[in-house]
Amino acid sequence: MNQENRLKDPYYKSLTRKMLFIVIVVSLAPLITVSGIILNRFSVSYNEKLNAHLGELVLKHSQNIDGFLLEKLNNIRFMAGAFTVEELNNAEFLRNNLAALQTEYGSVFEDLGVVNDKGIQVTYAGPFKLEKARYSDAEWFRKAIKSDYFISDVFLGLRGTPHFIITVRQMSNGKPWILRATISFVAFNSRVENLRIGKTGFAFILNSKGEFQSKPGFEVVHGKSYSFYESIKSGIKTKDGVFFSEMADDSGKENLYVASLIKNGDWLLIYQQDKSDAFSDLTHAKQIALFIILTGGIIILITALLLSKRMVARIVQADLEKELMNQQVIEIGKLASLGELAAGIAHEINNPVAIMVEEAGWVHDIMEDGQFSSKENKDEFERALAQIKTQGTRCREIIQKLLSFARKTDTCIEDVRINEVINDVISFCAQRAKFSNVVIKSKLQENLPVISLSHTEILQVLLNLMNNALDSLEKRGGNITLTSLLEGDEMVISIADDGPGIPRANLARIFDPFFTTKPVGKGTGLGLSICYGIIKKIGGEIDVRSVVDAGTTFHIRLPCRRND
Amino acid sequence: MAIANILLVDDETPFRETMTRRLTKREFITSSASGGHEAIRLLEENDYIEVVVLDVKMPEMDGLETLKIIRQKFPLVEVIMPSGHATIESAIEGMKLGAFDYLIKPCDMEELISKVSEAAKKRKRHKEKIIEAQLKEITMRRI
Repeated sequence: MNQENRLKDPYYKSLTRKMLFIVIVVSLAPLITVSGIILNRFSVSYNEKLNAHLGELVLKHSQNIDGFLLEKLNNIRFMAGAFTVEELNNAEFLRNNLAALQTEYGSVFEDLGVVNDKGIQVTYAGPFKLEKARYSDAEWFRKAIKSDYFISDVFLGLRGTPHFIITVRQMSNGKPWILRATISFVAFNSRVENLRIGKTGFAFILNSKGEFQSKPGFEVVHGKSYSFYESIKSGIKTKDGVFFSEMADDSGKENLYVASLIKNGDWLLIYQQDKSDAFSDLTHAKQIALFIILTGGIIILITALLLSKRMVARIVQADLEKELMNQQVIEIGKLASLGELAAGIAHEINNPVAIMVEEAGWVHDIMEDGQFSSKENKDEFERALAQIKTQGTRCREIIQKLLSFARKTDTCIEDVRINEVINDVISFCAQRAKFSNVVIKSKLQENLPVISLSHTEILQVLLNLMNNALDSLEKRGGNITLTSLLEGDEMVISIADDGPGIPRANLARIFDPFFTTKPVGKGTGLGLSICYGIIKKIGGEIDVRSVVDAGTTFHIRLPCRRND
Repeated sequence: MAIANILLVDDETPFRETMTRRLTKREFITSSASGGHEAIRLLEENDYIEVVVLDVKMPEMDGLETLKIIRQKFPLVEVIMPSGHATIESAIEGMKLGAFDYLIKPCDMEELISKVSEAAKKRKRHKEKIIEAQLKEITMRRI
């Protein structure tokens, strides 16, 4: 079973899932926990800061509006106290005073008027024709005549435009009279409107009946004004007298309200802002945090997936190598037993072969003395005996090589003629090559110097390479070429085949122990590794060049001394 | 006149018998032994044996052990060792112990005859030198 099939095994699939789960949980749990806690603390803190900031602003603004009203009231109080009613009843004098006030405060003061105890405006200075105007039925007059000073709600009055008035009551000859000043609604409204935050934040004023005392910057849609006023006032109240509340308007949009009482509690300055606008920074921060968590989560997920797959692949590889190693140990044991068996058989076969050869020789000896009736028969006997002798000699050579190769411990360094070793290898493999339709060719340079190394080891290397070449050509046939030549001080031996070649991906690993592309039980994955080890030990180099569908060539470079 | 007196030592009876017949046919006086002990006995009884063709692998006493005794007791006898082992170690060991040469089984008859003849000649030269030396010694004593 190769590595890809192994990965589909339920055990390794389960292992992958477990590793993936553990890595994800271990990585994501702290990320989510820490991010959640930080986000929660940030939200709470942001809420507190925003409320404190808005409360401070509204408080300052209410103080500012109160200051404005008080200042204007003091102006009128001063005028009423400083001048007599006779002086103020002089229209010219009153106009001069109005002009002085308008010079000082711009268009805040629209007009001035003196109203007697009957509610008739006896003197008037201003742009409207309100001389002798009758206010006895006006609500403001009824309130103003009863108190030293009075600031009215916004009303339309006789002029038909929104305004409010400031009055100061004085006594003359036992009768009260009132100095009245109209405050420009536009000037007052601009002060209220001054409070603008964000895209939707604006301020407006309601009186205790829930009526607008300023023009709201945006449309304020609520059912009943009075209930709205009461709802605002029933919100959370701080020690500074600031009210906080959140309400949905008729369209369902959640708004934030911050309010403060002004004008001695008659009016309520209200700041309104769309909640999503007020908390836009927090929402933005939450979105960034969510993006970071999601990105981190995805990265962790991908990393966990890759990591677990890679680790399981390594485990599969290690398990495969372990199994191969176990197989190898069994294989080596088998080979050792086979080697010993072969050596024993070779010893035992040698004697019968020797006897056969000798007997054939003896028959030949007898024939030399004997008389044959037919020359043809004699020739045939001689041919047969010669064949027995030839084949006996061949058996002897095979047994010699088999025994020589079976000597595993023989690593003594000796002078070796490399061409002889190559020819031995060719003769060893000749039979197998014949059955596989493989033609073995050799291009051996003559008069090569002898080389000092272990005969058994170099034989083993060349046999391994030859066996690999034959394996690659087993089904299709082909050519194997063995070459030897001298290049400088190096002996170069090449074994080239025109087989299917080695894929580039495998080339870098073919000298690794236990790396094999052969089916399980066929290849041990040790052959080339042993070759590499032997050649390196000798002080040589081994490399491979291969082109898929063109063939493979192994080059061995051995250091040699010239035997001049 | 016989070319040489040979003692053939091998545990394989058919090999021994055939080889004896072939060597006899080639005018060698050939006796045979199936093991080391018998070979030593025959050498003790027949001092005319010049060359021993001694198999390396034999039961009881193997060729190398037999060789040691031969070299010790019969220094004039030359030994050729045909070996089924074909290992360089056994050959080197045999040569170190004083064997004249070695052969690889199955032996080529011509090669065997050639080596036996050379061994016999060497043995003859060696014997002549010894006799010459003995004669000189006797002469010197007389003088």
